[in-house]
Amino acid sequence: MAPLRRRPPADPAVRDLVRAARSAQLSRRSLLGTAALGGAASLAACAPPTPPSGGAAAVQLPQDVSATDKVVRWANWTAYLDYDEDTKQYPTLEAFIKETGIKATYSEDIEDNDSYFNKIAPQLRAKQDIGKDIFVFTDWMANRVIREQLAQPLEIIRMPNASNLLDSLKDVSFDPGRNYSLTWQSGFAGIGYDKTKVSQEIKSLDDLWTPELKGRIVVLSEFRDTVALVMQSQGVDITGGWGRTQFENAVNLIEQKMSEGYIRRIKGNSYLEDLKSGNAIAGIVWSGDLFILRAETENDNWQFVIPESGGTLWSDNMMVPITSTHRRNAMTLMNYYYEPAVAAEVAAWVNYVCPVQGAQEELAKSDPELAESPFIFPSAEYIKDNNIQGFPALSPQDDQAYSAIWQKVQGN
Amino acid sequence: MSALAHAGPAGGAPAGDTPPQERQGRSWLPYLLLVPGALWLLVFFVVPLVQLFSVSLQSQFPGYPGYYYRDVNFSNYLSALTDFAPQFGRSLLFAGLATFFAFCLAYPLAYAMAFKAGRWRNIMLIAVIAPFFTSFILRTVAWRQILADEGPVASTLNALHLLPGGHITETWAAVVAGLTYNFLPFMVLPIYASLERADHRVIEAGGDLYANGFTTFRTVTLPMSMPGVLAGTLLTFIPAAGDYVNADLLGADNTKMVGNVIESQFFKVLGGFPVAAALSFTLMALILAMVFVYVRRFGTEELV
Repeated sequence: MAPLRRRPPADPAVRDLVRAARSAQLSRRSLLGTAALGGAASLAACAPPTPPSGGAAAVQLPQDVSATDKVVRWANWTAYLDYDEDTKQYPTLEAFIKETGIKATYSEDIEDNDSYFNKIAPQLRAKQDIGKDIFVFTDWMANRVIREQLAQPLEIIRMPNASNLLDSLKDVSFDPGRNYSLTWQSGFAGIGYDKTKVSQEIKSLDDLWTPELKGRIVVLSEFRDTVALVMQSQGVDITGGWGRTQFENAVNLIEQKMSEGYIRRIKGNSYLEDLKSGNAIAGIVWSGDLFILRAETENDNWQFVIPESGGTLWSDNMMVPITSTHRRNAMTLMNYYYEPAVAAEVAAWVNYVCPVQGAQEELAKSDPELAESPFIFPSAEYIKDNNIQGFPALSPQDDQAYSAIWQKVQGN
Repeated sequence: MSALAHAGPAGGAPAGDTPPQERQGRSWLPYLLLVPGALWLLVFFVVPLVQLFSVSLQSQFPGYPGYYYRDVNFSNYLSALTDFAPQFGRSLLFAGLATFFAFCLAYPLAYAMAFKAGRWRNIMLIAVIAPFFTSFILRTVAWRQILADEGPVASTLNALHLLPGGHITETWAAVVAGLTYNFLPFMVLPIYASLERADHRVIEAGGDLYANGFTTFRTVTLPMSMPGVLAGTLLTFIPAAGDYVNADLLGADNTKMVGNVIESQFFKVLGGFPVAAALSFTLMALILAMVFVYVRRFGTEELV
C-alpha cells in the first residue's frame, strides 16, 4: 500500500489516526467514482479538468474466490441458450453444473447493449459488484467495455478449447489477440416475415413498404443493424467511407416510413413478442431469432432473408466484469462452451452463427441438414455473395452523435 | 401525523395552561418519535435529491463521452426544455386526460359503493383493490395481449371499421387508457372514503328542503366529497405525469412521454446523465408548482 512509502509517525495513537483518515479518504473516493474525479479537481468550474486516463494505470483485479465459492453468474440476451420447455432448464448448462460442480446461474438480463451497459456502468466504474461473472456484449460495446477497463483479462492457458475459435474471429480490432473476450455467437441482421401473410416474396427493404404491411413492421433498436441495412439499400458501403450525411439519409427514410405508418415500433429484443402475438408480421430482425420463433410458434412460415442490398454480421462476446470474484469459474464455463459437441448443441437450438471450429462436424452427426445451414455455418463465399458486412468501430464522438440522433427518431 | 397527535394528547397539548415543568419533560418526545422518519427522508429523499440536482449541473469532458465533471452548467436545463418540450406537453396532456377519465369512471363507482351497494360493498371494494395483487407491469403487458391486432377487441373494431389506424396498441389512446386503468384505484378509494364518511342526514335534509336529486347532489353531496376528489386527482395525476411504462408498452415512438426521455437519456444515450437529471428536476418542479396552484384554488381544509 502507498502509505508505506512515507515514514509513519512515531506516536502509535497519531499513526492510527493517520491511517484511519487515509482509509476513509480511499473509500469515499471509490464510492463517488468517476464523477468525483472531476469534482475533486475543481468545484468552481473554469476549464474542464484533465480527463480520465485511458489505459495507463494498472488495473487491480479483485481477489479470486473461485476455488472456495463454486458459483458463476451469467447475464445473457433472450433466446440465446438452449432451453427445454418441458423441464424449464438449460440442458447444456445443467450438464456443466453436473460435470464441474460449479453452480451456474443464468439470467436473460440484456435487452439491448445500451440499456444494459448504462445500467451496470456506474457500479463497474465505482468497482462495486454487479452480481454477474459473465456478461455478453456486441463487438462495438465490447470495444467500449475493454477501452474503459471494465473487463478482466482472461487467461488463455486455462481455456484450452478457446483455440477452437474460428480463425476469422481470433484477432479482432477491439481486442487484439482476444485477451479480454471470447465470442459467444455471431449473427446476421436481415428481414424476417411470415410468408403466408404477405402476397409477394420479400427480397429487399423496398418490398417492405407495401399497404398490406402497413403498421405491421417492427425494426431493431440497434442502429448498427437497422440504420446499416437501410444505408446498404441506399447503396452505401457500410464498412467505411461514409459520414453523417449518409447516416442521416438513412435515418430520414426510417422516420418517413414511421410517419407514413409502415413501421410500427422500434424495439429491442422484445420485438419477438410482437411477432409472436401477430401485431407485427415483418421486420428487421436477427437471424437466429426467426428460427426460435419458428419453433416457439410452431409455424414454419417465418422466413429470414438477407436483403439483396446486403446484411450485417456482428458478434456477441463473453467477458468477465472487472468486479467479478469468480474469474476462474467464468473461464471454466467459457472453456466448456468451446467444446465442439457442446457448441453444436447450442447452435442447433439458437441457430446463430457458431464460432467454434469442429461444431459443424459434431452437428452433422445428429442433424446433417442443419449442419449445412448457412445461418449457422456460413461459408466465406456465402458472406461475400450476399454482401454481408460488419459495421465499423466508431470513434467515441461519432458513437455519441449517432446514438443521440437515433434516440430522437425513437421519440426520446 | 394526526395519529401522533391523538396518541399523546399531553405531549402535543396546546400551549398555555399546562405547568411549564411538566411540558419541559415531555415536549421532546414527539420530536424523538419523528427521528426515524426524518432520518429515512434525509437519507432516501433529501440526499438523492441533492445528488440529482448536482448531476443536473454537471458538464461533460470534451471529447470523452460518458465522463463528467462538477460544474454549474444551466444549459442542461435549457436543452432539456427546448429539445423535449413535446414530450413534456404530452406527459401533462396524457396525465390530465387520464385523470379526467379516471374521475368520470371512479365517481359513479365510489358513489354506488358508498350509498347503493349494500351487502355488495365489500366485494366491490375487493374488486377495486384486487389488481394490486399482481404487478403493475404484468397487468400492462396483459393489456397488450388483450388489445393485440388479432385479439378480440381490435378484430371486432376492425370488422366494424371503427379503427382508423387498424390497431389499438401503439396509439396515444392506448397510452391514455393504460394510464387511466392503472391509476383508477387511486381515484376510487379516496372518493369512496370521503363519500362513505359523509353524513346521510345532511343529504336527507336536502330532500326535506324540496331540492331535487340533482340539486342535492350538486350542492350537498359533491361538496362533501371534494377532499376525496382532490386527493384522488393528485394521486392520479402526479404518478401518471411521471409514468413511462404505459407509453413504453402501449404507445408508439411518437407518443413517448417525458419519463421515457429520462429513461433513454439515463440508460441509452452516452453522456445523457446531466440532461436526464435536469429533466427529472424540471418535471418535479413543474408538478410541484401545478399542484400548489391547484390545491390553493380547490383545496379544502383537509386532504381526505
